[in-house]
Amino acid sequence: MLDADFFRRWMTATAVAVDGAAARLTELDSPIGDADHGSNLQRGFTAVRTVLDKEAPGTPGAVLTLAGRQLISTVGGASGPLYGTLLRRTGKALGDAAEVSGAELATALRVGVDAVAALGGAAPGDKTMLDALVPAVDALDGGDFAAASSAAEHGAEATTPLQARKGRASYLGERSIGHQDPGATSSALLFAALAETAEATS
Amino acid sequence: MTAPDQPVGVVLVSHSREVAESVARLAAGLAGGGATAPVAPAGGTEDGGLGTSSELISAAAASVDRGSGVAVLVDLGSAVLTVKALLAEGDELPDGTRLVDAPFVEGAVAAVVSASAGADLDAVVAAASEAYAYRKE
Repeated sequence: MLDADFFRRWMTATAVAVDGAAARLTELDSPIGDADHGSNLQRGFTAVRTVLDKEAPGTPGAVLTLAGRQLISTVGGASGPLYGTLLRRTGKALGDAAEVSGAELATALRVGVDAVAALGGAAPGDKTMLDALVPAVDALDGGDFAAASSAAEHGAEATTPLQARKGRASYLGERSIGHQDPGATSSALLFAALAETAEATS
Repeated sequence: MTAPDQPVGVVLVSHSREVAESVARLAAGLAGGGATAPVAPAGGTEDGGLGTSSELISAAAASVDRGSGVAVLVDLGSAVLTVKALLAEGDELPDGTRLVDAPFVEGAVAAVVSASAGADLDAVVAAASEAYAYRKE
């Protein structure tokens, strides 16, 4: 079973991964975006760490809901409301249980990913976060975090030949082809951090 | 919830502080003489850069809320998504706040003109949305 501390460590691991990858995310965001994805997410997850340390929410759902709210208010780019919605809806779906199973987290993450799709109006294949998130929740299958991480990573890499159909990159048309999507890349970090946290816990 | 004698408020959310402020001045200017409806810009990030700030949006909405509703017009991308996420949050924006599907500049003028003339929230939203139908060629 996964408790609030597990979720706090997952968010911390994500913040560390985002710190380490910030330069690469911004570099990926330069040819097809506005070169701020790394710094935006870094600001957001740094604020998430701070607020989780300060408020120490006591349930898995409360950890993710608070993290999501913090991302919406601190990121300043489209990734704020998108990641914020992902975590907040996932957190709400977990309810107020003190501990949740891997299967319950898998179900809740599906709710969160569906909310991201509804908010942005995107679908898999549009060269967005969803190209990593959807394969990840598909592979999660009751709590196989390593498989989800691997699927997210492959999904992010598979965005390279796609033409963007959402967001600023879509204005570039065919010129968006040949670049890995920054949002899908950072989404894979979230699942890598989840797998790493689960590995460290077992 | 509605306060019939009070005007609908209008919030203009752009990636750029200058764009939001300029469009607010344009819309208020075109609303003409007499009392105009309250309009507040929420442009850029809090440090003046390009982007979207949920804090500036919440503060702008609170500043124009007279109890008759608030119409929020947005430019693109994170401005749209941030307002949608704040509305889904439930308690971040005043009761009766609506995201308006409208072109930013034309919609802002239509919203402020109609709100200044005493239109209710539905009518302000309709006036702003109708700006899409005005063809330029």
